[in-house]
Amino acid sequence: MPNVTLTVNGKSHTVEVEGRTLLVELLREKLGLTGTHVGCDTSQCGACVVHIDGNSVKSCTTLALQADGTTVTTIEGLAAADGTLHPMQEAFREHHALQCGFCTPGMVMSAIDLVQKNPQGLSEADIRHGLEGNLCRCTGYHNIVKAVSAAWHTMHGKELVAAE
Amino acid sequence: MNAIFEGIGASVRRKEDLRFISGRGHYTDDMNRTGQLHCILKRSDRPHAIIRSIDTSAAKAAPGVVAVFTHADLDADGVGGVPCGWQIHSKDGSPMVEPAHPVLATGRVRHVGDPIVAVIAETRQQAKDAAELLVIDFEDLPAVAHIADAIAPGAPLVHDAAPGNTCFDWHIGDKAMVDAAFERAAHRVKLDLTNNRLVPNAMEPRCAIGDYDPMSGDFTLITTSQNPHVIRLLMGAFVLHIPEHRLRVVAPDVGGGFGSKIYHYAEEAIVTWAAGKLHRPVKWTSDRTEAFMSDAHGRDHASTAEMALDAEGNFLALRVSTVANLGAYLSTFAPAVPTYLSATLLAGVYRTPAIYAEVRAIFTNTVPIDAYRGAGRPESTFLLERLLDTIAHDTGIDRIELRRRNFIPADAFPYQTPVALQYDSGDYQSTLNAALKAADWDGFPARKAEANSRGKLRGIGVSTYVEACGIAPSKLVGALGARAALYEVAQIRVHPTGSVSVFTGTHSHGQGHETTFAQLVASQLGIPYENVDIVHGDTNKIPFGMGTYGSRSLAVGGSAMVKAMDKIILKGRKIAAHLLEAAVEDVVFENGQFTVAGTDRSKSFGEIALTAYVPHNYPIEELEPGLEETAFYDPANFTFPGGCHICEVEIDPETGVTTVVNFTAVDDVGRVINPMIVEGQIQGGVAQGIGQALLENAVYDQQGQLVSASFMDYTMPRADDLPNISVGTETTLCTHNPLGVKGCGEVGAIGSPPSVINAVVDALSDYGVRHLDMPATAHKIWSIINASGMKMAAE
Ligand code: FES
Ligand code: FES
Repeated sequence: MPNVTLTVNGKSHTVEVEGRTLLVELLREKLGLTGTHVGCDTSQCGACVVHIDGNSVKSCTTLALQADGTTVTTIEGLAAADGTLHPMQEAFREHHALQCGFCTPGMVMSAIDLVQKNPQGLSEADIRHGLEGNLCRCTGYHNIVKAVSAAWHTMHGKELVAAE
Repeated sequence: MNAIFEGIGASVRRKEDLRFISGRGHYTDDMNRTGQLHCILKRSDRPHAIIRSIDTSAAKAAPGVVAVFTHADLDADGVGGVPCGWQIHSKDGSPMVEPAHPVLATGRVRHVGDPIVAVIAETRQQAKDAAELLVIDFEDLPAVAHIADAIAPGAPLVHDAAPGNTCFDWHIGDKAMVDAAFERAAHRVKLDLTNNRLVPNAMEPRCAIGDYDPMSGDFTLITTSQNPHVIRLLMGAFVLHIPEHRLRVVAPDVGGGFGSKIYHYAEEAIVTWAAGKLHRPVKWTSDRTEAFMSDAHGRDHASTAEMALDAEGNFLALRVSTVANLGAYLSTFAPAVPTYLSATLLAGVYRTPAIYAEVRAIFTNTVPIDAYRGAGRPESTFLLERLLDTIAHDTGIDRIELRRRNFIPADAFPYQTPVALQYDSGDYQSTLNAALKAADWDGFPARKAEANSRGKLRGIGVSTYVEACGIAPSKLVGALGARAALYEVAQIRVHPTGSVSVFTGTHSHGQGHETTFAQLVASQLGIPYENVDIVHGDTNKIPFGMGTYGSRSLAVGGSAMVKAMDKIILKGRKIAAHLLEAAVEDVVFENGQFTVAGTDRSKSFGEIALTAYVPHNYPIEELEPGLEETAFYDPANFTFPGGCHICEVEIDPETGVTTVVNFTAVDDVGRVINPMIVEGQIQGGVAQGIGQALLENAVYDQQGQLVSASFMDYTMPRADDLPNISVGTETTLCTHNPLGVKGCGEVGAIGSPPSVINAVVDALSDYGVRHLDMPATAHKIWSIINASGMKMAAE
């Protein structure tokens, strides 16, 4: 069986995988990083989103072999070493953007990518469109949109005016 | 205000969030046990067939395979079928037809997804590969999937024991009185409507891990459940015959339920039984496709509703006839859904003096149907609120005026309906008024004109509703056919230094219990919120409780906590009286202090706790040491949240796409402990209601194939399908529980669907549309517009 070498949340790993092993299986089963979830089998729900070299990717639709030589960040790798949360994590908590929490890791990872790639600004419609690949069955998205908007302001150093 | 409620009402940020936002939740599939095997189920791809033979030899010989089990192996061990928890009797007094529901299909498969063989291997991939090698010889039988086909004369039978595919034929209300009222009515308005079949689709797929310790004989089941004790009871007593002290059921973090994780499912029994056979842990994880064809579905009713009115538009009588699809087998609470959870709400918020409803429940070759968020109440609410707008349409009476004229007035509570329920409190005019104002109802014509000028159709719709939750009084539901009680339990353990662990029989799978309950307990005991921990989801830790569904956790589970805390406080007063050398009657408890009334002599809650556990100076002859109390609370009645939802839509006549532009909910959920959480619950419920109204539909083809078995085919509401959802509350208190709470988990999904369809019908009024069944998809609307050949007025 082939090996893949990749850096996950700052740590380098070399792991033996089958050709068909998915990145999400490598993360959950070989590395014990169970924060990344699996919510579907048709690449529709986004519960599995991680960052590969800074881009959000559905890890259920990525072969582990494709991640060879890359740098992967999962939900477990977002907070600083001293436990300080990422502004997106903070915003989700502050705005009650999660209920059961199952969609949350993928939602947070997608939202960070969306905010990072749009320094010019994000309207409510942009956020809704940008998160279209992530399903949440609990929240109705209302508070997720609020949280992402708030995090955009923190992440880009802008003051938040009229959160509504 | 009583001290008990101080501190309540704050939008405290949730305790549970830290682990969820950092990827440290513990969902069932995140857990693995040493030596764990993996189970894959071979499911039927036929809607209805005789199993002629099953050849497992190739699968058994495949790499990594440890065992392959069929029904024969279960039978040899005396494994029972999956039980049903509610028995309905037909009009003629005969009990419902209750066919066997085998854990693995026995002789016949009855729906696509029916499990046939369990393949267990060292890895999931090996089990999957081996399952491909099974050879099953089927003889296909004709199948029925849709209500109309199943009740047609000569329809193929799902179960030979159920002629006409009828499970039961039930009724409620006074038929003679209704018939007489129809005779003398000035207006009669009739509407045929369906309530579309839905798939709950909690984002976490179901998962179960069975384990067995041959030394002790102890079984453990870790499962994605809303009610671990119910699973232990049903599986232990009826399926696997394991005594309760040998069976531990754990429901850890659960990623959403919405009803679908109430029921005892075959997979739970399979992994537990297999672990006992193989002496190794066995795990099964559903994939999404499997979830579509094995999680209990919701709704799927077809009804005819008729209202009789006098000349002024006062309701005289309501007559309803419903056929409810229950799927291929009876799921745990399925028979209760179209009957006692639905028809009993047909009075709605109106003082209709006579009501008669008939419900025929039928079997089809489809996935079993059971309670899904709202369970029966969304069906009756949709029926009533669509009927209301149809009456307005047919009689020309304004739809708001029609509602106001027939509301149960605020001074008429307690109000006895003609269909068994007695509402304790409510004020429907006030929720309607608040919603009309918040939604700027009066400004609608201007918004409509503006939309028309852009070539868009615009409509507004209202729904005024009440629901019954906080389930339920045990004696009452027992008389109605429940095979279980529906009280709740709380155990409050005060630790020696004054921190508190609360053990609750309810279960949180997104509702935020760890926060709301901690707020409740902290405020009543006058201790810091951080010093309270909520423990749930483990039958080895908590006393026998009934779990979470029917918006019962706070109304029933929270009330049990209040009762347990009353006992703690009483005992604390006795200890304080001893320490302060006062009479117990003179010791009052307020803000965490036991004080001799009218003096400054007091002891803190922490001091009393320490004294209870270090009883050196203590009335040891009269009082046991320790400070821990348990209470069971059995509610006196259901609770009756209600309110008003207003939806405003815009339709693009070119594409038929409906956009919800404004949504306003004003709900009366009784006292609110954490407004942030309540708002979130309502927004989530409304999202599911909008999903039902516009997007979601579980579709079977004529042959019984489930053609919408993935997120590519079943339209889940996404962020860009939904609007911001404005939520307000108006409060009347529940009169019979100590907190005055009513419950908020389901109101969103109950109140919203008719408001959406009423808005769509309003938008399409120029096209002569009187009614539209859900979901109002773009295709359906485009077809109507296209067929009418009418151009927009603005063009
Ligand atoms: S698990 Fe659903 S998109 Fe990856
Ligand atoms: S919080 Fe439950 S699915 Fe999003």
